Amino acid sequence: MATEILMPALSPTMEEGTLAKWLVKQGDTVKSGDILAEIETDKATMEFEAVDEGILGKILIEEGTQGVKVNTPIAVLVEEGENADDISVPASAKSASEPESEKPAEQSEAPAASAVEAVSTPEPDLSPDWPEGTAMKTMTVREALREAMSEEMERDETVFLMGEEVGEYQGAYKISQGLLDKFGPRRVVDTPITEHGFAGIGVGASWGGLRPIVEFMTFNFAMQAVDQIINSAAKTLYMSGGQMGSPIVFRGPNGAAARVAAQHSQDYAAWYAQIPGLKVVMPYTAADAKGLLKTAIRDNNPVIFLENEILYGRSFEVPDLPDFTIPFGKAKVARAGKDVTIVSFGIGMAHALEAADKLAGDGIEAEVIDLRTLRPIDYATVIASVRKTNRCVTVEEGFPVASIGNHLSAHIMENAFDYLDAPVINCTGKDVPMPYAANLEKHALITVSEVVEAVKKVTYR
Amino acid sequence: MARKPAEAKTPQATPAKTAPARRTAARPNVSRDELLQYYRDMLLIRRFEEKAGQLYGMGLIGGFCHLYIGQEAVVVGLEAASKEGDKRVTSYRDHGHMLACGMDARGVMAELTGREGGYSKGKGGSMHMFSREKHFYGGHGIVGAQVPLGAGLAFADKYLGNDNVTFTYFGDGASNQGQVYETYNMAELWELPVIFVIENNQYAMGTSMKRSTRSTTLYGRGEAFGIPGEQVDGMDVLAVKAAGEKAVAHCRAGKGPYILEVMTYRYRGHSMSDPAKYRTREEVQKMRDERDPIEHVRELLLQGKHASEDDLKAIDKEIKDIVNDSAEFAKESPEPALDELWTDIYADELPQENA
Repeated sequence: MATEILMPALSPTMEEGTLAKWLVKQGDTVKSGDILAEIETDKATMEFEAVDEGILGKILIEEGTQGVKVNTPIAVLVEEGENADDISVPASAKSASEPESEKPAEQSEAPAASAVEAVSTPEPDLSPDWPEGTAMKTMTVREALREAMSEEMERDETVFLMGEEVGEYQGAYKISQGLLDKFGPRRVVDTPITEHGFAGIGVGASWGGLRPIVEFMTFNFAMQAVDQIINSAAKTLYMSGGQMGSPIVFRGPNGAAARVAAQHSQDYAAWYAQIPGLKVVMPYTAADAKGLLKTAIRDNNPVIFLENEILYGRSFEVPDLPDFTIPFGKAKVARAGKDVTIVSFGIGMAHALEAADKLAGDGIEAEVIDLRTLRPIDYATVIASVRKTNRCVTVEEGFPVASIGNHLSAHIMENAFDYLDAPVINCTGKDVPMPYAANLEKHALITVSEVVEAVKKVTYR
Repeated sequence: MARKPAEAKTPQATPAKTAPARRTAARPNVSRDELLQYYRDMLLIRRFEEKAGQLYGMGLIGGFCHLYIGQEAVVVGLEAASKEGDKRVTSYRDHGHMLACGMDARGVMAELTGREGGYSKGKGGSMHMFSREKHFYGGHGIVGAQVPLGAGLAFADKYLGNDNVTFTYFGDGASNQGQVYETYNMAELWELPVIFVIENNQYAMGTSMKRSTRSTTLYGRGEAFGIPGEQVDGMDVLAVKAAGEKAVAHCRAGKGPYILEVMTYRYRGHSMSDPAKYRTREEVQKMRDERDPIEHVRELLLQGKHASEDDLKAIDKEIKDIVNDSAEFAKESPEPALDELWTDIYADELPQENA
């Protein structure tokens, strides 16, 4: 049976090309892999190999022909005994247009889901994080994180901790202190200094039936591992059509510490929050640190858990409950108010709350919202508050361009434009690498007085 | 087309030259049925890839498409050394690995055409497929990224206390990525049951090994970390199988990782849009004529009177039918529903738990 040889597409964008040269002639026997012709496009000259075996019965397009459309028959292969002249060749135009009908439906069919979602604003979940009357205990953020890991490791044998200095050194920031003694080296694994490698090993282990907690000594070093975090952990569920999930937590301190300069002082919240497939958590209080870390370890998706070195030693009240967790995507109204909404997360909350105290002295009642998780993000609580206060200031430590505050501003504009009495102001870190000098560093970071000033601006005081 | 004379005489060491001893030394006892099975498995990969190339040319497959033609003996030989429960992970040149571990040709081809019936429902494409059932962990598009991932799978098996091993495939090109050596270090340190399979097809895209390193071997780089390894003739499925068995035994015995540098050759370009100007046509033709892995087994079958020409013709026909059927399926299968755009971004339940 005769087989048509069609003008090949040498790249997905190629529509036509020049048949530069035939390397076989009529009557030649060709087998799979033989080079038949050279095809030129505007980008390159390429060799075109035979796929089928047979005798080259007829050349339909002479060499040197330009503008040959992809899928046009260029030659006919026959089997022994067949006569090439007997072969009727369908109109090339018809053949060439065939793939067009294979093309997917028009792109306009794509659902405009984000715009649709934006219109409906669900009711915020303002339920308390723990029942009224629960006994509380005072703990540092450090202790809360440790307790969360310890409890989850007791609860689930597949949970293990790996990272630099998590074991024998007892944790560079003492988060994992005592865990090696309690769980042994099988489950508290000291790694060499090799972030890219152990992040990848962690992701592989998560596919193989474990629930790794990968500690980065700081998130600055996770830059070495960002390919594994994003390309391997975040995208695999989607790329596998839902067959392979990556239940893994990447955690460690994020953002500026004190006087450690540009390479060790960066807030990655907005970076990771951009990635579909990741969940991103950035707690402020010890209770949130504990409840959210436990949720993160149980979650079936990759979670970026952004801690803060300065907050590690701060004490908060934590509910004394045997199995206390906080769900993702539920912001907390940390302070109620009616005049302005301040939205923040992580260490930004310290500035936001202090500013709210100061503003109260000036007769401005600020409502302070702690987002707690940045993916998913609790838009409903923010929008409900802005509709009430009609003003909003966002507070974060990260860089100003493409910040979380920028994103919230856009969301508020789309969903509560008519409620706004003033433009939303984003308070962020300055658009500079972190300087070392004490005075410069102080100016590079977000300050309480900047937040106070921004609130006064949106309240026209 | 004029070629630079320097290129023409670049003598890419043929596997026969670099590993002459292996070819004859490693000749395990193999039954007729096994030999026929290897022939069938390799032929399936070759015919499948030829068909994929054809569908690409017709515009039915988009984007990148990296064919495995010429390298068939590598995966078929190593699969012959594996047992149920063993895992495998590889790069973007992954169609052969999937077929060799028993994944369905229809599902693979339909993924290439981006259809609902594909292994990833059309959302992964040529480079991204997975099978829980066959313990195939992808299809990875970032060169070298699969190496720590494979070690991580082995880490899990060791942690869980079973005796599975993970075959972690990568190329000579990936061998120059830093994360490979980060992984070697930890794999040996923690004695992970992982076999690092370097498919040395001698060209990292268009850059020959000679132009990318002064190392004479790639398996030798494992020495710095204490990992044993060897070079294997990758055009001889029996040699690959024998080396694979040795590596597997090492791993299953709890002795840590092992490196197999399998000397192979890809007949086709790096991807479909490869101008093929970095090696001569003669070099490729010589390899096809003298070292073709499928021809090699065909000869063994015929010379040993294990099969007749007619028997092999019947197999050819059977394979052709499977491949044509997969192509038909891949054309007929509908494109994914538009709401698939929004699924599989987050998992409520862990999918692999129900494997």
